[in-house]
Amino acid sequence: MATATPSITSRPTGPRARPVQLKEVVGRVWEIFWALVTLFFVLFPIIWLIYTSFRSGLDVYSPRFLSPLTLDNFRTIFFGKFSVVQEFFTSLLISSATVAIGIPFGVMAAYVFARYRFRGGEALMVGILVTQFIPALMIAIPFFNLFRRIGLYDTPWGLVIVYLTLVLPYSIWMMRGFIDALPIEIEEAATVDGCNEFQVLALVTFPLVLPGIITSLVFSFVLCWNEFTYALMLAGRETVTLQIAMTRTIGLQGIAWEQIAAVGMLVMVPMFFMSFTIRKYFIEGLTMGAVK
Amino acid sequence: MLNNSRRHGLAKYVMLAPALLLVCATAIYPMIDSFLLSFQEWQLTHSSAPTGFVGIDNYTQAFRDRFFINSVGVTIAYTVLSVVMTLVLGLGMALILQKRTFINTIIRTFLIFPFAVSPALKGYSFRFMLQPDYGVIQLTLGQLFPALKDMVWLSHPWWAMFWIAVSETWGWAPLYALMFIGAMSSISTDIFDAAKVDGANNLQVFWDITLPMISPVLIIATLLKVIASLRVFDQVVVMTGGGPGRATQSINYYIYQTGFKFTNMGYSSAQAYLFLVVLAVLAYVYIRRLYRKVN
Repeated sequence: MATATPSITSRPTGPRARPVQLKEVVGRVWEIFWALVTLFFVLFPIIWLIYTSFRSGLDVYSPRFLSPLTLDNFRTIFFGKFSVVQEFFTSLLISSATVAIGIPFGVMAAYVFARYRFRGGEALMVGILVTQFIPALMIAIPFFNLFRRIGLYDTPWGLVIVYLTLVLPYSIWMMRGFIDALPIEIEEAATVDGCNEFQVLALVTFPLVLPGIITSLVFSFVLCWNEFTYALMLAGRETVTLQIAMTRTIGLQGIAWEQIAAVGMLVMVPMFFMSFTIRKYFIEGLTMGAVK
Repeated sequence: MLNNSRRHGLAKYVMLAPALLLVCATAIYPMIDSFLLSFQEWQLTHSSAPTGFVGIDNYTQAFRDRFFINSVGVTIAYTVLSVVMTLVLGLGMALILQKRTFINTIIRTFLIFPFAVSPALKGYSFRFMLQPDYGVIQLTLGQLFPALKDMVWLSHPWWAMFWIAVSETWGWAPLYALMFIGAMSSISTDIFDAAKVDGANNLQVFWDITLPMISPVLIIATLLKVIASLRVFDQVVVMTGGGPGRATQSINYYIYQTGFKFTNMGYSSAQAYLFLVVLAVLAYVYIRRLYRKVN
C-alpha cells in the first residue's frame, strides 16, 4: 500500500519516478538473492547425498567434485554383498506394525478425550504428554533387561512395543486437536436419527476426521522409520533396521560413504513423499497441536 | 446424547482402555523399574540380576564422577549453541521468505524436507561433507580461507560440537521458519502500516512489533528445541562417538556408555533419573505455556 501510492502520484512528473523503480528492482533482486541462499542451505546436503549415491567409491574419496555417474551403489545395496533388502523390510514391518496398533488405539482414546468431559481427563492428557520427556535411556534399560528375560530382545516386536511409547502420545494429542475442531452438532444429529455410539463413530466421525487420521498415521510412520536410539540399544544383531544398517558399511578406507548415501536414498526418499502429503499439518504434528 | 449414561460410560472406557494400558505399560513400568534399579548394584557382566541395594550410592557417585559432570557441561554448552543457532536461522529464514511471492511460496514447500531426513543420516551426511581431503565443506572452506586448509573439523573439541549443532539446526531451522511465517502472517498488516507511517525502520518493526507478536510461538518453539537439544544422542553416536576425547559426550551418550558399554545398569539408571529431574522441570514449564496459549 505504502509503496503503491508514491508511484501513482509521481507518474505524471516522469523522470522522478525512475529512482524509486530502481530501488524497488534492487530490493527485489536482494530479496530473491537471500531466498535462493536459503534454498541452497536447505537443499544442498540433500542434493549432495543424492549425488554421492550415484558416484563410484573411488570418486567419492577424491578431491574432485565432478565425476561420472553410476548405478553401482544401488546394485550393491540391492543385490550385492552389502544388501540391505532384508533391513528395508525389517524397518517396513516395524513401522507398519507400530502404526497399525498405535493409530486405532490412539484415535479411540483421542475421541474420548475430545468428546467426553470426565474427572481427571485433562490430567491424563498431560500425563500422556509428560511421557515424551522421559529420557530414552530410562525406557531402554528396563526394556533391555525385560526383553532379555522374555525373549523379545533383538526382535522386531520388542521395538514395536517401545515405539508405541512414541506413537501413542503423538497420535492422541494430534487426533484430539482434529476431533475438537469438528462440530459436535453433527454427531448429535446422527444420534437423533437413531445411530448408536459406535455407529456415530464409524459412520459419521471417522470419515470426517480421516484427513487427521492420515496425518497422524504418516507422522507416526516417519517417526518410527527414522528412529535410531532404541534400534541401537534394543536390537542390532538379528533385527537390524535401515538406520542401523547405515552404520555397518565398511569400505576401502573405513566408512563406505557412497553406500551410506545409497542406503540414505532408500531411507529418505519415501519419507519425503510421505512428509509432502501432510506438509500442511507438519508443524501441528511436531508441536502436538500447540502451534497451528 | 447424554440421555443414556450407562452405555455412554461403557463405550468411553472401552475406547480409552487399550491406549491407556499401553502408555502405562511402556512408560510407567520402565520408570518404576529403573527407579528401583537406581538404588541397586548391578554389573551386567558379573551377574544376570541385581546384586543388592546400595542406598543412594549411585546418586552420590554421579556427583563425584567428573566424566558425568563433564557430560552435563557439554550438554548445556551444546544446548545453548544449537538453540541460538536454530532460532536465529529460523527467524532469519522466516523474514526472508515472509513475503508471499511466487518464488517464496515454492521455496517454502521445500522447508519440511530436512526434518524428514533421519537423525542418523543427517549426521552421516555432515560427517561426510566435513571429511579432510575429500569432504565438500572442508575443501570449500579450505579454498575460501587457506588458514583452514588442514582443519580436521570433527577432531577439534569446539568445532566438533559446532558441527553437530549445525547438522541438527539444518533439520530444525527450516521447519521453525515455517512456524514463524505462520505466526507472522497472523499479525494484522494495519500494525505494520501504522509503524511505517510513524517512521519506524525495518529493524524497529522487527524488534518492537514482529518479535513481541510472535512471542507465544517463539517461547513454545524455544522450549521444544531446548528439550530436544538436551537429549542429543543420535548425531553424537554417528558423527563423533563422544570425541575428540570427551568433548561431545552428551548426558544421554554418557548414560548410554555407562549402561550399555560398561554394563553398569544401576549407576546408569541413577544418572537417567538425575537427568529426568531437569527434563521434568522443563516439561512443566512447557506444558504450562501450552495451556496458557490454548486458553
